[in-house]
Amino acid sequence: MQEVTASARLINTVGLHARPSVKLTQLAKRFAARIEVATSAAGPWTDAKSPVKIMRVKASQGEVLHFKASGADADAAVAALIDIVERKFGEE
Amino acid sequence: MPANPNVGIVIVSHSAKVAEGAADMVRQMVGDNVPLASVGGNAEGGLGTDVAAIMAAIDRAWSEAGVAILVDLGGAETNSEMAVEMMPEERRERIVICNAPIVEGAVMAATEASGGSALAVVRATAEELMSA
Repeated sequence: MQEVTASARLINTVGLHARPSVKLTQLAKRFAARIEVATSAAGPWTDAKSPVKIMRVKASQGEVLHFKASGADADAAVAALIDIVERKFGEE
Repeated sequence: MPANPNVGIVIVSHSAKVAEGAADMVRQMVGDNVPLASVGGNAEGGLGTDVAAIMAAIDRAWSEAGVAILVDLGGAETNSEMAVEMMPEERRERIVICNAPIVEGAVMAATEASGGSALAVVRATAEELMSA
């Protein structure tokens, strides 16, 4: 299956703190695709639908979030996740 | 309005303030699409937990998908277990007490529940906090 990848820099002040982590996982859960996140293109990769694991990524402002997804709606999933990162999780 | 299909969350603390504060965090971080109830304090209004009040909280947060309970110290757990025992039999299997820290567990369980996950998954996510 085709794998979709994209990346976006964390520009919100707090980075991937508690609330952004919750928002990211909630958004990821709306898609059927398998979605993973990493702070390096080489991994390690983390399940984007796991709130506990995503919070443990502890990515800060300025770090790049890499996404990869596979599944029928992988394109839409990655586009939505890039969008929420670029919109600063709708918080600022 | 149709019943909320998502798993409900119940927060049981010895302190009403802790329970309310944890519920505030869930509401603010996760949103409103998860049934949520918090309960704290004994029947006299002091620190403690009350079985009848816990049962009422389970009723308030009830969902056909089930209810996950987060507790703080000892009595909150034993009284929650007692409250579950006293619930109607057909509901008992759909009520779980999570082995997780009360605040973080409530937020994580609610996050999982908000995505429509089943009760066992909601519980596993809260309890994942206990693993390194």
